[in-house]
Amino acid sequence: MGMTITEKILAAHAGKKGVSPGDLIMAKVDIALGNDITAPLSIEEFKKIGAKKVFNKDRVVLVPDHFTPNKDIKSAQQSRMLRDFAKEYRITNYFELGRMGIEHALLPEEGLVLPGDVIIGADSHTCTYGALGAFSTGVGSTDLAAAMITGEIWFKVPETMKFIFYGKLKKWVTGKDLILYTIGKIGVDGALYKAMEFTGEIIDNLPIDGRFTMANMAIEAGAKNGIINPDDITLEYVEDRAKRKFKTYKSDKDASYSEVFEFNSGDIEPQVAFPHLPSNTKPISKAGNVKIDQVVIGSCTNGRISDLREAASVLKGKKVHKDVRLIVIPATQGIYKMAIDEGLVDIFISAEAVVSTPTCGPCLGGHMGVLSEGERAVSTTNRNFVGRMGHPKSEVYLSNPAVAAASAVLGRICSPEEMK
Amino acid sequence: MIIKGRVWRFGSDINTDAIIPARYLNTSDPEELARHVMEDADRGFPDKVKAGDIIVAEKNFGCGSSREHAPVAIKAAGIQAVIAKSFARIFYRNAFNIGLPIFESTEASKKIREGDEVEVDADTGTIKNLTKGEQYTANPIPPFMQELISAGGLVEWTKKKLKI
Repeated sequence: MGMTITEKILAAHAGKKGVSPGDLIMAKVDIALGNDITAPLSIEEFKKIGAKKVFNKDRVVLVPDHFTPNKDIKSAQQSRMLRDFAKEYRITNYFELGRMGIEHALLPEEGLVLPGDVIIGADSHTCTYGALGAFSTGVGSTDLAAAMITGEIWFKVPETMKFIFYGKLKKWVTGKDLILYTIGKIGVDGALYKAMEFTGEIIDNLPIDGRFTMANMAIEAGAKNGIINPDDITLEYVEDRAKRKFKTYKSDKDASYSEVFEFNSGDIEPQVAFPHLPSNTKPISKAGNVKIDQVVIGSCTNGRISDLREAASVLKGKKVHKDVRLIVIPATQGIYKMAIDEGLVDIFISAEAVVSTPTCGPCLGGHMGVLSEGERAVSTTNRNFVGRMGHPKSEVYLSNPAVAAASAVLGRICSPEEMK
Repeated sequence: MIIKGRVWRFGSDINTDAIIPARYLNTSDPEELARHVMEDADRGFPDKVKAGDIIVAEKNFGCGSSREHAPVAIKAAGIQAVIAKSFARIFYRNAFNIGLPIFESTEASKKIREGDEVEVDADTGTIKNLTKGEQYTANPIPPFMQELISAGGLVEWTKKKLKI
């Protein structure tokens, strides 16, 4: 019996020839990641355990990205814990302001996460790196603390659900729409404890940024990991960035799946997830007349260069609606610079948008665009739970960057097609 | 271990933003987090909840972010245990790692009502509803999780493993 890519990577990291769903394994970790919200707790636990050093100073990554640039004194204290820990334990990959970015855009860009890796991060969107053909999953702070010391973590090998996307993509449909559509079909616990493997001709041709977006939101269906078999698109992205050797794995033809879904992508319109669950999706043509107050384009889901290009293509020569605030957040310093060099930032500012330094800020109602009572936002982020972006009586609608940009101009949720 | 307490009920897909909103995540102090526990699911909850109470919820409890602050806030508020039809996976791991007892039971999740007095035998997974005179069984705790519990959480388990 063949194995899936997830099973192969886990077997290799557990020193086994093969594993099956349900097996409990200890796996070696290639990268362990923490941020300014989760790592402070890990550092406290690390000290409680009484460890003298981390398992490998090049493989622990710390990124202050959530409440940075520090939004208040308490946040400053938390960031400082990361900085002090990084100095004390000589962590190579601590990313200070000015060199940092939103972690899940930054690590691939820096070539720190690679195909075939096992990656854990104390952040639920760590599943993003599955886009490169890695096994990558979110854990809590104590799990991270233990893995920073031992370089290992226990897993139950997950069953894999296979999603096959075929057909022809409609205009304006992106990786974001494919994943929102999928979550809409299976629900926010539709893949609970399982691996989601994305395949088919649409995925084979999907650019790397769209793949990151899809793997990123696997957690929104409850999945342990999202994964895409590596191919030429993967290798082209990784080759010049990789700072170490890597090995690619692919699912066997006779691998076994707990469920297989086939989606005709030609049926999929741009999607909008209505409050208050990412699974509460509607095609844009059924969105109705929803007036909005704010638009956020950015985050670990949709803050990459192709996202900004899509938004700019819609915003070029237009102005943001007088009743709307548009906040654009390039996900890394590198993306920010590209956006300047390509003239995208000029388009945003001419459209009267705000362009911010990289931060997770507004996605989780932290800073840089918190919503007041009764306000509605369209956002390219990943969650629209009650109170996610601010007041418990505010509302978040999730969409792709082009829909978000068009909505910012018309002041209501709309398709970019309506702009003509 | 026997856990006995009064029940607060919650619905499906209670996410970690509802358990502890991100606006309070500029600290990891358990007492401070406890003051806002479940606030966005039930505004008055932090004032109503008493040490020793038990939460019963429907499916997918703790979905969303990986924040360990969620089980930490629940535990620090004095809540002794959470019973649900199912738990999101990161919350499930975190709860065992920090020593918050959680139990999966479809029947208990369906039949227990708010205000019921419930008694859980953590070793056998037997859940007694003292108010209704009913008894339910929780799904067995996986062997590795039992090892974690008997070690006293992941910190102690890791110490033992490393012989610190």
